[in-house]
Amino acid sequence: MEQGPAAAVGTAGAVGAAAGASAPAAVAAAAAGASSSGVSAGYCPVPLPLSDSEQQCYSELFARCCCAPATSSSSGHPPPPAEVGRGAPLPGPAATAGANQVADLLRASQLPAETLHQITELCGAKRVGYFGPTQFYVALKLIAAAQSGLPVQVESIKCELPLPQFMALKNDSEIRYSNTTELHGMKCQIPYVTMEKNSFKRVDDGEKQQEKISPVMSPVSSPPSSPSNYQRVPLTYGYGKLRSGMDQMHAAPYETRQHALQQEGSTSGSHGPKPTRRQTSLIQSLSVEREPQESNSNYPDDPWRITEEQREYYINQFKSLQPDLSSFISGSLAKNFFTKSKLTIPELSYIWELSDVDCDGALTLPEFCAAFHLIVARKNGYPLPESLPQTLQPDYLQTAFLKSKWDCALFDSYSEPMPVNQQPRDLNRIEKSSIKEKTDLTAPAQDVTIDDKQALKISSVDEAMPKDLSVDTAAKPGLLPPPPALPPRPFVSQTDQVSEIELHPQLTRTPSQTEESGSPVKKDLPHSQPPSKPIRRKFRPENQVMENQELSSVTGTSSVPTVPTVKPHAPVQKQSSKQKKAIQTAIRKNKEANAVLARLNSELQQQLKEVHQERIALENQLEQLRPVTVL
Amino acid sequence: MAVCIAVIAKENYPLYIRSIPAEQELKFHYTVHTSLDVVDEKVSAMGKALVDQRELYLGLLYPTEDYKVYLLMPNGVSYKCKKLLIPCVKSMFPNQLHRYGYVTNSKVKFVMVVDSSNTALRDNEIRSMFRKLHNSYTDVMCNPFYNPGDRIHSRAFDNMVTSMMVQVC
Repeated sequence: MEQGPAAAVGTAGAVGAAAGASAPAAVAAAAAGASSSGVSAGYCPVPLPLSDSEQQCYSELFARCCCAPATSSSSGHPPPPAEVGRGAPLPGPAATAGANQVADLLRASQLPAETLHQITELCGAKRVGYFGPTQFYVALKLIAAAQSGLPVQVESIKCELPLPQFMALKNDSEIRYSNTTELHGMKCQIPYVTMEKNSFKRVDDGEKQQEKISPVMSPVSSPPSSPSNYQRVPLTYGYGKLRSGMDQMHAAPYETRQHALQQEGSTSGSHGPKPTRRQTSLIQSLSVEREPQESNSNYPDDPWRITEEQREYYINQFKSLQPDLSSFISGSLAKNFFTKSKLTIPELSYIWELSDVDCDGALTLPEFCAAFHLIVARKNGYPLPESLPQTLQPDYLQTAFLKSKWDCALFDSYSEPMPVNQQPRDLNRIEKSSIKEKTDLTAPAQDVTIDDKQALKISSVDEAMPKDLSVDTAAKPGLLPPPPALPPRPFVSQTDQVSEIELHPQLTRTPSQTEESGSPVKKDLPHSQPPSKPIRRKFRPENQVMENQELSSVTGTSSVPTVPTVKPHAPVQKQSSKQKKAIQTAIRKNKEANAVLARLNSELQQQLKEVHQERIALENQLEQLRPVTVL
Repeated sequence: MAVCIAVIAKENYPLYIRSIPAEQELKFHYTVHTSLDVVDEKVSAMGKALVDQRELYLGLLYPTEDYKVYLLMPNGVSYKCKKLLIPCVKSMFPNQLHRYGYVTNSKVKFVMVVDSSNTALRDNEIRSMFRKLHNSYTDVMCNPFYNPGDRIHSRAFDNMVTSMMVQVC
């Protein structure tokens, strides 16, 4: 019996008929199907009569919201306004829908925000704090009621209603239209599949998955919290990417449609299990982080929540200042950057105070995003808060960034080896331009070795990736930048995190090696270390850098740059990295010396001026006295 | 209870000065100013020999008038606090104005004027208060938008000072 209405509805939709055709068909099917199974296991609070079509529709929507990565409103419906309706497997009653997706869905219903809030409240999601199947189904029913013009009340859902309608994007509808003629029953999953593919595809292109949310939402609801010019650019950019991505994936393999949503990730085998894992973990993290009623950053009542495109923009800006996403932006660098925002210095000072939580004079990525967000808010007229809002706290942002950074790092390494190669070269050049002597000599040698290291590194990144998650959070506390600006470490993003793993065992070896590394720049320390795994070899530069920092922070920056070669390695690379450390230390020392000398210079200049004045006074006196002697 | 807390720069001008009964602010300003002479005297007496943690804390400057003046000179650069511990100087003045001082290597001084009528402010408590002041001061220093030598407008610093003054009162 369930199949009947399903097939009827499916074919009705498949024809792609005009809006009116399927709606009556749906209603008819609903009427034909009667209440029947209706209430599923989890409906305790409100006995909810559901027709079969509704049942299927809701269950599929729920499944989609449960398992989907941040999908857009395409999880809604085919272009002919009404429904969907197919036999997607019903998720267990214990499953909860991702709050993010539910919010997207709710907003796609194009009801006013107040109504949506009412619905959320009524369905009990606010009460229990999540969207279980019960709440979700009730919410959908309420949406249908609201869209039919009935008041949003519990009574409304008792009667027969057409299925709730969700506005779809143009892209989705295009795809759906093209697909509907071929498919029966699973066509709604196709747009979802394409969306998911898009996410994979874009991730392959080095984008983050989260970006999909915001560009998709942009036509539907303009985020009120991001009216500034900063966001316009990422919005259009992201949206353009989305369109191109979807066009490419439009011919997505149809064979995936018969898999349950949970399996969709695995069927896209070409992308590997990792994207799926990441997606699900991403969903979980997102749904855990956010409450149902404020699950999306586009909600107008929270200007302190960073939207996805904003985050993307901030991260890009961070990268322009400091390519290593896990490292710091120094205070002076950040000052120059933020001063461009034309806010007054006291306000900027206050924003810094709010965002630099650990008060170290440098900004990590979450701190930077928080500061940037505060500046944006201030420029748009929001008064600055008394204390840092919870959604801007570094630990709150850190978990979100962790995933995205991970993705970014992974796919940067996969698909963009060249820019990464260029980065260290550029960084090296920037660093060394401040030094007069050694720059030209060592830069070419190091660049060559850098390329080798990069090539080796990329191959081992995938092995390292599983460790990144646990390590990355430790990466920050482990890094101790010396008081002067930390020279950006050339081998950034990917390998920083992994190198932390080896840092601790190395630290035990470093004391034994410090005395050996008496001559700083000269290399060829005895390879006292047992031969280590291939992974370690590539990340040794980072290890050395961090060890150097550790050591230098302990022994003072004036100490000889200790470059313990912890691992057996090709002599060429070791020498170059040691030289790099030496150069960095020399840079620091020179900067300090410069500062001291500058101060001394200014003091001496002042003294010189005073002496000049005294001399002039004395000469005047002499002039006055002279005629007296001549008698 | 601190009735007045002042941060004096190396050149002996105030970076931050705040007192609780606002109408007596001028009086406290003078108090702090006169304390600076005592500070310099103590500092020159100490010389450079002492580089201990406890040595930045100058202790009670002179328990004159109504309040005790405590002086603190935080170390602006190095994070190793150095305090100068100097025995309290008893004075003939009947009033109980206690001032305590604390000097750092960068010659930035904190002066704290304490109402001794509430007594029982032990040395350790004063030190801990100075430590908190010091930490807040270094946080202010870390802000790249703060130019050394400016007045301190940091809200976090204000809040910390308020908490100290209120608590003590």
